[in-house]
Amino acid sequence: MLRPMSDSYSALALARHAITRSPWPAAWRKAEPRKGYDVVIVGGGGHGLATAYYLAANHGIRNVAVLERGYVGSGNVGRNTTLVRSNYQTDGNTQFFEFSLKLWEGLSHALNYNVMLSQRGQVVLAHGPGQLDSLARKGNTMLLNGIEAELLDRAQLMRLLPYLDYSPRARFPLYGGLLQRRAGTVRHDAVAWGYARAADRLGVDIIENCDVTGFVTEGGRVTGVRTSRGEISAGRTAISVAGHSSEVARLAGLRLPVESHLLQAFVTEPVKPLVDHVISFGAELFYISQSDRGGLVFGGHIDGFNSYTQRGQFPKVQTVAECAVALMPAISRLRILRHWGGIQDMTPDGSPFIGRTPVDNLYLNAGWCYQGFKATPATGWCFAHTLAQGEEHPLIRCFSLDRFHHGDGLDEYGLGNWTWKQ
Amino acid sequence: MLIIPCPDCGARDYTEFRYGGDANRSRPAHGGGSREDWHDHVFVFDNPKGPHREYWQHVLGCREWLLVERDTASNTVIAVHRARDREMAR
Ligand SMILES: Cc1cc2nc3c(=O)[nH]c(=O)nc-3n(C[C@H](O)[C@H](O)[C@H](O)COP(=O)(O)OP(=O)(O)OC[C@H]3O[C@@H](n4cnc5c(N)ncnc54)[C@H](O)[C@@H]3O)c2cc1C
Ligand SMILES: [Zn+2]
Repeated sequence: MLRPMSDSYSALALARHAITRSPWPAAWRKAEPRKGYDVVIVGGGGHGLATAYYLAANHGIRNVAVLERGYVGSGNVGRNTTLVRSNYQTDGNTQFFEFSLKLWEGLSHALNYNVMLSQRGQVVLAHGPGQLDSLARKGNTMLLNGIEAELLDRAQLMRLLPYLDYSPRARFPLYGGLLQRRAGTVRHDAVAWGYARAADRLGVDIIENCDVTGFVTEGGRVTGVRTSRGEISAGRTAISVAGHSSEVARLAGLRLPVESHLLQAFVTEPVKPLVDHVISFGAELFYISQSDRGGLVFGGHIDGFNSYTQRGQFPKVQTVAECAVALMPAISRLRILRHWGGIQDMTPDGSPFIGRTPVDNLYLNAGWCYQGFKATPATGWCFAHTLAQGEEHPLIRCFSLDRFHHGDGLDEYGLGNWTWKQ
Repeated sequence: MLIIPCPDCGARDYTEFRYGGDANRSRPAHGGGSREDWHDHVFVFDNPKGPHREYWQHVLGCREWLLVERDTASNTVIAVHRARDREMAR
């Protein structure tokens, strides 16, 4: 079949386009839905697109469609605070997120698309000796799994991050921190666009403005989807719709251990380079980094009650600003330029579900809470494996949908089964 | 801002309240219920995009537990009752 293929991106291509002034081709085709596919993926966020790419690249399954109700990048993949890291301490999480970080490290080359990975290092802060002990434990778990980690005392912290509040009046005194140098940030839009383009080049149809409104079933098996652009049949169907997981799963008669909650994020006016790392506060859920443009990017905790509004509550803005100023009094006069919200699929233990569902031919990837962006490559890789083999990849067996039946909750932060407290 | 009209205290910011979660999840009878029932009670949510019945306690006011019906797509409060009135009427 003849189709316009986008050029490879390279210095040579850049020079050629500069000289010939020919327009760059669109990064991916505007595909029209066909009658049917081997695999149909519902949701064109980072996870859905990555899954499609690895189905084609790793398993040779190219007759694949990604159905996105809005446009690529309109969901959480374009709303997150871009933090990637692998400093986990629970078995299952540790290995999965390290696998993901390794994939991030090679991603720009694999996709022929610069995703702007910046391994600037992340520091998690301790505000008391007990907290520093628990960070030491986490660091040891990482080291035992072959992941680098460095424990910093107060003096080392002062050298690395001199602009934090070390004064005797600091509301939360600083005792030290845990540094992962390979952690950092990735340009989130580039991840969506890069996976979309790479999947498209391998033959995947990316169909935007295509709302999935129901499933076609035959004798209890899902055999296709109903959409705003007609019925599409599917060998296997995958749900990967983040904040709308419950709504889409309900169309197949499933109720999930998932609740949708709103998370806000913020960016200030740009300033000169100040924050070289990603810093995570230890007294509240709060983290901050600086974008290439100079804006300080930060976020905090979910709003505290389930919501699909995608519009934040003001009191959270205040809490987050209080955290920022408690940590870095120097930024108290910076103005916040923008703030926005995304709908997160929260679970009772803060961990996701990837794999088969009780419905034949229907696969689910949901419940990513705060951590779905850093998981994007590994989720795509392992979910594609699962869709291709009909059996879960070993790295995601800990994320099974029925784990609470067996008492196998994966509660990294030990918060209990309240979705809105995770 | 989500504002909840408390039957005792009038309209108040949601920050005066403690969220108590989905009110439709009924607890299986003590000593009864299958493992499935308990699993669903503890872990599973309807999570609708639309009207949702939920508990809020007015901790910084009258301390009454309220049963609130709220549209999760717009945060519009549809109805508020004292939870005890509703629980007794069941
Ligand atoms: C403010 C904020 C900050 C965050 N910060 C971080 C962070 O620093 N690090 C981190 O690891 N994670 C972070 N996350 C979490 C992370 O963004 C998400 O877990 C992850 O992006 C979810 O996967 P996704 O990219 O596939 O989701 P999405 O991009 O939301 O993709 C899901 C897609 O499904 C589509 N969809 C929904 N219903 C339908 C339907 N019926 N038919 C067709 N399509 C449908 C949606 O339109 C959407 O595009 C953050 C989240 C938010 C909101
Ligand atoms: Zn009251």
